[in-house]
Order: sequence, then structure tokens, then C-alpha cells
Amino acid sequence: MLLQAKNITKKFPIKGGFFGRTVGHVHALNDVSLTVESGKTVGLVGESGCGKTTLARIAMRLIDPTSGEINFDGKDITTLSERKLRPLRRGFQMIFQDPYSSLNPRMTVGQILTEPLQVHKIANGKKHREQVFGILDKVGLSPAAFHKYPHQFSGGQRQRIGIARALMLYPKLIIADEPVSALDVSVQAQIINLLEKLQNEMKLTYLFIAHDLKVVRHISQKIIVMYLGRIMEEIDSEDLSQARHPYTHALLSAVPIPDPNLKREKIILSGDPPSPINPPSGCVFHTRCPYAQQICKEKVPPLDEIKPNHRVACLLVDQVKPFSELKK
Amino acid sequence: MQKLLDIQNLRVTFPIGGKEYPAVDGLSFHLNRGETLGIVGESGCGKTVTALSLLRLVESPGKIAEGKAIYYGDSPEGVDLLALSEEKMREVRGNKIAMIFQEPMTSLNPVFTVGDQIMEAIQLHQKVGKAEAQNRAIEVLKKVRIPDAERRINDYPHQMSGGMRQRVMIAMALSCQPDILIADEPSTALDVTIQAQILELIQDLIVEMKMSVLLITHDLGVVAQVCDRVMVMYAGMKVEEAPVRRLFHMPKHPYTIGLLQAIPPLFDEKGKELYSIKGTVPDLSHLPEGCRFSDRCPRVVEGCHSKVPLLKYVGEGQEVRCINY
Repeated sequence: MLLQAKNITKKFPIKGGFFGRTVGHVHALNDVSLTVESGKTVGLVGESGCGKTTLARIAMRLIDPTSGEINFDGKDITTLSERKLRPLRRGFQMIFQDPYSSLNPRMTVGQILTEPLQVHKIANGKKHREQVFGILDKVGLSPAAFHKYPHQFSGGQRQRIGIARALMLYPKLIIADEPVSALDVSVQAQIINLLEKLQNEMKLTYLFIAHDLKVVRHISQKIIVMYLGRIMEEIDSEDLSQARHPYTHALLSAVPIPDPNLKREKIILSGDPPSPINPPSGCVFHTRCPYAQQICKEKVPPLDEIKPNHRVACLLVDQVKPFSELKK
Repeated sequence: MQKLLDIQNLRVTFPIGGKEYPAVDGLSFHLNRGETLGIVGESGCGKTVTALSLLRLVESPGKIAEGKAIYYGDSPEGVDLLALSEEKMREVRGNKIAMIFQEPMTSLNPVFTVGDQIMEAIQLHQKVGKAEAQNRAIEVLKKVRIPDAERRINDYPHQMSGGMRQRVMIAMALSCQPDILIADEPSTALDVTIQAQILELIQDLIVEMKMSVLLITHDLGVVAQVCDRVMVMYAGMKVEEAPVRRLFHMPKHPYTIGLLQAIPPLFDEKGKELYSIKGTVPDLSHLPEGCRFSDRCPRVVEGCHSKVPLLKYVGEGQEVRCINY
């Protein structure tokens, strides 16, 4: 396994008062564990505030967890110093949602793509150019892009530049945080196909974060559903229709399906997700769960394996049918 | 079917480098009373500009160069919204035709309570006192299912979640009981489960208030769920229009077909490559010759590059702008 997160908890302190005392915590992640197998894609879904981006940033060692452990390629990197971490950083790169703000507008595409090679002191000037042209070709950009600036490209093209930058060091793992959500539908499909093509060609492993279940299911082998800093369900994407967690059901039911004849029972959750500053007791989902009972307020449900490769964090899982068997 | 709004040959232009380019080009469509018409397209296709033109809110340097928008709400002979005096237009805006926007945070004033803002809208258009305006504001907040409306009327926008703010925006739009609601990507900026709540609310209100709605969206899933009829736009032009079932089951324009196929299915078999439309949406100043979709179209033939194809009626309320039909 290439990436392993073990029991990650992250609390962000909230400063307040005259002396900037810590007055509370944002419980961004609570005891989250996940593994990403080499060459596979794991999809992470959940709504804003569920902790998916925090988890990505911890996995990238951009921020430190409050507790827990991150293993990359068999090495514990949780507490490695920046100096020791640097050679390893080549192995994991990130793609961001907004290609507009993640590319330096004053640098040409050539400069943007050469920078990682310089930072990691790889090869020299001539070699750099060759490598840049090689990667530009891989992501479907013409060599003419080399001398252009990011603003001269459309949204989809810019995301290709973002992908090219992540690929410059031939990483093993790519963490993609909502890489297609800002793109138009017709362009979104191009980028998804490109990511899949690159995965085959370069033996990449993806941790793919998104809120669109259709996209996540398409690209991932395994789907992890998060809510308010915890994992609710982990399921093979082939089996998504067998999802058992009531929150996964709500997410599935909320996906607008492009078929006007489709009649389905909608599961509409009431209210908003609670604040992660003061998460509900017991199961964090109980305040919006249609199945909730007294016990859900008292006990935190463990993420139990109900079938091979299918884990659910729900105390009442025996009473909840798979999504496909809910009445239409 | 009674026509409520009839747009004829609308042309809206924006100057780029001293030349005028059409963001909306020769667009004609209508909205019937009590129906929900979806306007679908990608960024830059002119769907939002179309909506803004109906309210005459296109910001300079953009301008409405041509066209009519006949509104039949007040009289059987109708009035042309694009020719009304600014004073008369103010009576229409918000009162007869109301609009909700994608981003509820930026459309609400952060220094006034939501109650103040709804009451302002009511008192602007209707001769009622403060107490009555407040009652109506509470009533309309209840209508959009805001719990504890009597108390929440005193909240400031930042005290509310994104979903609640969008409800307030809808409440404000409904406060004067408009004939037509224009909703521009009303659920796009919201989380999935909140999006489902807002769509459900809009669907309920359409039935309850017998509203006529123009729903602007890029999401064909939303269209399938909410709309009666759909118009697909590309690069400022209507490329296809049809009743909703017809559009999804017999799409004709290669662009519509492409958009539908590019959506990954939620449950069907997977593992196949996604269908994608090659290239990107052209920008206004670099539109291809002839059919504007010709440089991306899988069914392109020689004639596509010579002139813009005409809209052709193909039966069952369906129109297509493509040389292949």
C-alpha cells in the first residue's frame, strides 16, 4: 500500500479574547484511517466542512495532524523534518480545484513546469526543456504553450497545466482536490479521461477528492464517504448501489439524474450540517439521520466491516437496507 | 397554453478591443404561464446575459442591441420590456419579474438584517406600512420553510448558513408575488444535500404559487428533475429546444447529445472511457465561421463552415439548429 493514514485526528484551535487564548477547537478530523493501494484510485466524498481537504493536506504533510500517523511508501513521514521530507516529496504531488489561483500569473508555463525540477535539483537547463515538452505532450498541450502565460488558456487548459506541474517529478501518488468541479461539463469529461490515461501510462495512484458522486464513482475503485470529520462508509465503487449508511443514501438520492422519467423516492435531509466546533455527541450524523434513535446520541459508532471491503459506521446498520432496495 | 413572455430576436453585445461582439445573438423563445423553462449551456453561452437583459440589468459596456421582450402579464396586448421607460421598468423588476442568483452571500447586504431587506423589497413595490410589511416578510420566510421565522427575521446574513441564505433570497424574490421567477443556478454553489433541499423547495413553490419560472443551469440532472421545457444554448445562440422528455430521449443537436453523454452514470456499468466533446467553448471574439459548434462537432460536414444553420422545427415542439436535420 502506498499511502496509509492511521487514526488521524486534527483539531484547529480557535483563538479569542484579549490575550488570544484558545477558546475552542474545530474538530476537523476525528480518528480517520484510510489506505490507498498502489496503482488504484480512492475517492473521498463529503460536503463542505467534512474534513476531506484537511485530510488531503495532512497526507501531503502541508499541515501536521494533532495525533495519528501518515505512512508513505512504507515510511512513517508524520514527524520527518522538512529537510528529510524533501526528497520524498517528489513522490506525492497535488492538483487543486482552481487552476486560476494555483498557477502564478507572472510565470510562463515553461517556468511553472521547470520550477519543480529546479527545486529538486534535477538535471540541467537543456534536460529541463526536454522534460517539460514531454509532459506537455502527455497532458495534451502543444509545445507552443511553453512561452505562454496561464491567463492565455481556458479553464480546462489551465487544469492541464496544473496536472502537468504535478507530473513533472514523476510522482507515485497524486492527491487531486476537486480537480474538475470548476470546469464545464464538456471539459470535465476530457480531464477525467486524461487523468485515467495518465494513471495507466505512468502507473499513478490517486486520492481523488470531490463532492460529485457520479464523477467519483467513475474514476475510483474505492469510495470513502465522510461527514463532519469522520468516515461514515467505505465501499467498492462497483457496489455503490449497496451502500448502507443513511448519509450515503442521502448523498446518492441528492444526485440529480438526467432522466425526466425517473421516479425515485427522495431522501431529503432536514437542516444543515452541524458546526465542527461543537459536533453532536455519539454519531455525528444523528441530528439529521432519518433512522436515529436514542442510542445514536450516546455511542460513537465504530467503522465496522459488514462485508469484505465494505465498512459502515452506523449502530443501526442491521435495520438499514442497501440503497438499491429502498422503495422507489 | 398562454404566452407570458415572448422574446424576439434578442441581441446583446459586448465590446472587445473596439469591436462589438454578440454574447446573445438573435435569440427568440417564449415562456408560457405556469411552466418552467430550463436554459442550459456552459459558461459563456449567454444564458445569464439573456436573463439579465429581460430585467434590463446588463451592465455596461454590454448593451442590448436589438430585440423585443413582450411581457403579457398585465394586458393581452403586452408591453415590450426592452422599450419601457426606466421608471416603468422599476415597477416590473422585483415586482412582476424577480430573480435569484447563484451566490446568496454576495447578493445579500451584510449590514442589514434579512427582515429589513425583505421588507425593503415589499415596501418599495407595495403601499403597505411597516407592521404589515413585517408580517408579510415573516409569512414569506415561512413559505420558504425557514424554521422559527419570527425570530430569524432579525438575523444578519452572516448568521445563516448557505442554504438558509438561498432560502432568504427566494423569499425576497417571492415577497411581491411575481408572475415570473428567474433562477440563475440557484443550487450550484450549495452542498449536495442542501442543493436537494432547495430544488425540492423550488418545485413545491412552483406548484403552490403557480409560478412561471426561467431556470438557468449547467446541470442537465437539475433540468430533468424540475423543468417542463428546455432550451440549449451554445455561444450565444439557441441550438435546440424541446419538451423535457423529448430532449432527454431524442436529443438531436450534436452538442446536446455530447452534453448528455459526458455525464458519468451513477449506477450503470462503469469502466468505459467517458464521452467528451473535444476542444473548448470558443470565446466571443474567436467564433468559428458558420455553425459555432462546427470546430468541436463530431458530425461536421462541409456545409457547416459556410453559414450558421437555421433553427428547424422537427415536430413535437422540438427545434434544432443543425445542418444534419
